[in-house]
Amino acid sequence: MSEGEANGAGAPILVVEDLRVAYDTLAGPAMAVDGVSFSLKAGERLGLIGESGSGKTTMAMALLRLIRAPGRIVKGRVLLDGRDILTMSVGELREARLRDIALVPQGAMSSLNPVMLLEEQIADGILAHAPRTPRAELARRIEALLRGVGLDPSVARKYPHQLSGGMKQRAVMAIATSMRPRVIVADEPTSALDVVVQRQVMQTLGRLQGGLGAAVVLIGHDMGLIAQFADVVGVMYAGKLVELAPVEEIIAAPRHPYTRLLIDSLPSIAAKKRLIGIPGLPPRLVDLPPGCSFAARCPYAFARCRTETPSLQSTGGNRSAACHLYPEAQALPPLGAASGEARP
Amino acid sequence: MTALIELVGVAKTYAAGFRQTTTALSDVTLTLSKDVPSTTAIAGESGSGKTTLARIMLGFIAPTRGEVRYRGKNVQRMSGAERRDFRREVQPIFQDPFDVFNPFYRIDHVLEIPVRRYRLAHSRSQAKALIEDALKRVGLRPQDTLGRFPHELSGGQRQRVMVARAVLLRPKLIVADEPVSMVDASLRATILDELRTLNRELGISIVYITHDLTTAYQICDNIVVLYQGHVAEAGSVERVIRDPRHPYTQLLVSSIPLPEAARSWGREEIKAEFAAPRASVGCRFAPRCPHALDVCWSELPPRFALEPDRLAACHLFRDLPLAPSADLAASFAPAEIPSPREAGRGLG
Repeated sequence: MSEGEANGAGAPILVVEDLRVAYDTLAGPAMAVDGVSFSLKAGERLGLIGESGSGKTTMAMALLRLIRAPGRIVKGRVLLDGRDILTMSVGELREARLRDIALVPQGAMSSLNPVMLLEEQIADGILAHAPRTPRAELARRIEALLRGVGLDPSVARKYPHQLSGGMKQRAVMAIATSMRPRVIVADEPTSALDVVVQRQVMQTLGRLQGGLGAAVVLIGHDMGLIAQFADVVGVMYAGKLVELAPVEEIIAAPRHPYTRLLIDSLPSIAAKKRLIGIPGLPPRLVDLPPGCSFAARCPYAFARCRTETPSLQSTGGNRSAACHLYPEAQALPPLGAASGEARP
Repeated sequence: MTALIELVGVAKTYAAGFRQTTTALSDVTLTLSKDVPSTTAIAGESGSGKTTLARIMLGFIAPTRGEVRYRGKNVQRMSGAERRDFRREVQPIFQDPFDVFNPFYRIDHVLEIPVRRYRLAHSRSQAKALIEDALKRVGLRPQDTLGRFPHELSGGQRQRVMVARAVLLRPKLIVADEPVSMVDASLRATILDELRTLNRELGISIVYITHDLTTAYQICDNIVVLYQGHVAEAGSVERVIRDPRHPYTQLLVSSIPLPEAARSWGREEIKAEFAAPRASVGCRFAPRCPHALDVCWSELPPRFALEPDRLAACHLFRDLPLAPSADLAASFAPAEIPSPREAGRGLG
């Protein structure tokens, strides 16, 4: 995934290199995104999963350079087709947002302006990029966009409060795709929706993405949802990417202990079992303990984990994990056998 | 069976504009036993009437038709003392663990109020012991929780404090309305497991309102699936969730995003609720139903008994006998025989 700088087919459209975002607090900087790197080709779907506080929303905001004080981007590059979003001029950035990279924000309910008609809100973005768009053409595009997300064109003349949650989420997707972006960043687009509506919205997002040939970064905390949508899954913990792998492989055989516990904590309808969450809480991002941030909650942890921070390393194929079990281990050992095991 | 709480032909309609009404909930009869602690899920999407049902059960709103009886007394016509007991024994847990706290008070406040109001303790030290026991039961460490302000706790911790507050009062019934939908997936499991433990160890009946069928399956024995205020399917979770028969339940179950590489969602899109006209008479699900018959558009389907522990309101099963009773609980899985200790407590 990360190689292939050559132009043409297969070249990544989005490359993130060593991205670091900090929030300045009274107790010192909290590294919400701490050295994350990945790349994405056109048409690819990356799912970023993590608990609250893992830095996943900060990650989404940083991809569009939407970080505001007290947050700041400390370091790194976000290359969109070779151009670094983080060093663009303000004018270039305005051009790039929506046209090249668009955001489907968390909570469509609060992302729409309650006193503007939907058509005005869709037109807003289009007119910011193409102020001279004729009225008739604008109306045509708005109608096509609404149809594209499965809404009736009459919705254009409605206010947000007249729509259901699923309809509002679709309206937000119509705005996000209005300039045919090449990268769509969707931050928990279905977090407040019912399962059936969630499925419809995700399928609509998938269809839009297919039509545009865009790359998608889907941010979420629901492994089930990510598994249904993404091609590649990245697992975030305490600001770091701790595992990155194709979806089938990560579900079948997670490499990082955190990923394993995350998958095991999900209820299923295959059999009744005792529900087991992940013990403990994520660490506070200011004054992180030395070593691996997950060590305190990890059933596999050994001495080295508490002193040395593991970095993301290949674990075979196109998979990688940030865990000291590798490269010695071929796969994650069964849970019972591992606990308390002293390793070199 | 002695009833703890009975919903008898409960319906709720709201006025929606001039001379129009919206049916939020239609004809629900449900009896929960006093002797056997039960776990019942009420499931459906938004607008299904599940929260209306919860609020009626809690006595927050009055039903338009029918009545709710708690220990035989109509909840809407209780005397002051009866209402106090009802309020103590039937405890709500709400969806949003952020809205239910007053940000200016420490966590202790929300736990001390019930102790004081119901005079649960004779001394300060006894009150402290009660509060600490309740916190430990939900997996919180009192020394890390008490003395803190709500914003210092995570969403999951705050929701556990609300469970602890309910436990403090040793209720007979907890009505939990989407208690974990705003909590991280990794913490949901723990909180739900605690609810199930309360049911087993303290004999508290649980009514779990949710749109998430996987968690309903894990913690409940029986389930009622609502669609636009009408009961679609009801019965044991083994029947309804493992082998759904009503087309709506089938849609719900197939929409569960499972963490499996073999994608169950498929690629074809399903009909959206707003893309379909709203049926006025007949089955509410007909406009979205892949199997709709002519009769579905004109007649409300009665409830058919598919098995002794499952009913479905769907014309597809018109050759089967009708459900034996209006009481949904008559189509639930037979309760496990309680251990002598629990039975003794229930009767006492």
